[in-house]
Parts: sequence; C-alpha cells; structure tokens
Amino acid sequence: MILPALFFYLFAAVCVASAVMVIVSRNPVHSVLFLILAFVNAAGLFILMGAEFLGMMLIVVYVGAVAVLFLFVIMMLDVDFVELREGFIQYLPIGIVIGGIFLFELLLVVGAWVINPQVTKTITAAIPTNVTNTEALGLVLYTKYIHYFQLAGMVLLVAMIGAIVLTLRHKANVKRQNINVQNARTPEMAMAMRKVASGQGLQDADAAEWVK
Amino acid sequence: MTIGLGHYLAIAAILFTLGILGIFLNRKNIIVILMSIELILLSVNINLVAFSTFLGDIVGQVFALLVLTVAAAEAAIGLAVLVVYFRNRGSIAVEDVNLMKG
Repeated sequence: MILPALFFYLFAAVCVASAVMVIVSRNPVHSVLFLILAFVNAAGLFILMGAEFLGMMLIVVYVGAVAVLFLFVIMMLDVDFVELREGFIQYLPIGIVIGGIFLFELLLVVGAWVINPQVTKTITAAIPTNVTNTEALGLVLYTKYIHYFQLAGMVLLVAMIGAIVLTLRHKANVKRQNINVQNARTPEMAMAMRKVASGQGLQDADAAEWVK
Repeated sequence: MTIGLGHYLAIAAILFTLGILGIFLNRKNIIVILMSIELILLSVNINLVAFSTFLGDIVGQVFALLVLTVAAAEAAIGLAVLVVYFRNRGSIAVEDVNLMKG
C-alpha cells in the first residue's frame, strides 16, 4: 500500500520541479527537455490512476511529436534568446503575487469541495472491471463517442493542412517539373522545319517564330 | 497515507498555476508561452483523468483524449504561425505583434 503513495509523491515532485524549470530556464532547449520530463512524469501519474492508455498516449503524442516540434522550431529560428529574457526580473514580483493568489484560491477549492452523492447515479459509462483500460476506452470511444472521435480526426486534419499552407513557400528561382505540359507536348510544338538558303543562315523572322 | 482525488487535484492546480506564471514571466518569449499553454492543458488532463477514475466513469478519459488532440493541433498551428512571423520580421518578439493590426 505504501508503494503507490511513494510513487505518487515521486512523480508529482519531479513533475512540479520540471514544470518550474520549464518557465525559469535560460535556454529554451532546456525548457523543452524539462517539458518532456514533466510529461513523462505526468504519464506516470496517469498510470498510477489506472489510465494506462492515456499515459502511453501522452508519451507518444507529447514526447514523440509536440516536444520534437518545439525543438525543431527552436533550432530552426535564429533568435537571440538572451534578449527575449529581458523583463523576467521585472515581472517576477507581480507574477509571484498573482500566481500565489491563484494557487491559494485553487487549493481552497480543492480542499473544500465534496462530491454530490447524486453524481454516482448519473454516470454515463462506468469503467468495466473485467477488461483492460485500453479496451474499456475503445468500447465507448468507437460506439457512443464515435462523432467526437471523428471530430478529433477533423481537428487534426485541419491543423495539418493549416500548418502546411502557412509554412509552404514557393521560391521563384526553383524550376519545377510540370508533367501535364510535358505529356501534352507534340512534335509540332517542339520542332519547326525551315528551308535555309545556302550561305544566308536563319533569318530573324524565322527565329522570332521559333521562340514563340 | 492513501492517495485520494484531492492529491491529484492539488498537483493539477499547482501545474495550472505554474503555466500561468510562465505566461507572466516570459512575456517576450512566445515559445515558452506556448510551452506554458501545454502545461495548462496537461493540468486540465490530470483533472479529467482523476475525476474519471475516482468516480468510475470512463467518459472523462475520452474527453482527456480530445484535449490531447486539440493541444497537439494548437502546438502545430502556433509553431507554424511563429515560423511565418519569423520569416517576415526576423524576430519573434511578442511586443511587435500588434504592428500587424489594421
């Protein structure tokens, strides 16, 4: 019984500590690496709660995709990050005051609530005990919540298309292959026969027609 | 020493506050602001999953999955906008963003 509590405090402490390092770190690359650490520990918390699928999904989506995207952008942009840290000390007192008040309020809420006893009667889809978490999630996700699932897919599709459209850039000096034009080309378009009189060469008029 | 719902909610509250603090402190660095938003969404996910398991209702995990999707889409779009902005202006200073209005 003591082991889950021990692991909870371990994961929670590392998660909060790395979240602090994300926002105070000097180097954005370190920030991203601490963000990865925070997400891995949050995945540990999810697994402790019994949501194994979401924990694994957190690692796959965040560590595998989002954090690497952040790293890629930070390394691609040539930005002076020291300059961007100006004002950090200036905003520190007001930030700590507002953050402290906010945390105090949130913890008051967390400490004072009770669950309405009626709530257990309105449960939509109870967690089945005889199947794994992944299977239980799939049993509702693909039946009752299939429209949410498809909507999530549409959100991802729109995000993908949007990111491509935003960052795609056609350089003017890059010559691209146009397959339709190539296939539609006939010998008449490509060649012209000219009778050239001996000793005179090609006339300007012929050359102009050729260029067309 | 059993770990209850309140422990997880407290962790989520702390992470949420840290995310807000990050937006406050790094007002010029939009990359860290995006990372702070990711932290906030993570704390929301912890809340959803905690309530889901402690009430025995799996729908909370479905919603957490959707939040995860939206967070990934938001990060992709935000970073794409950032890259376009950097190409146009040569910096990512957040204070200059209001020059784009009108």
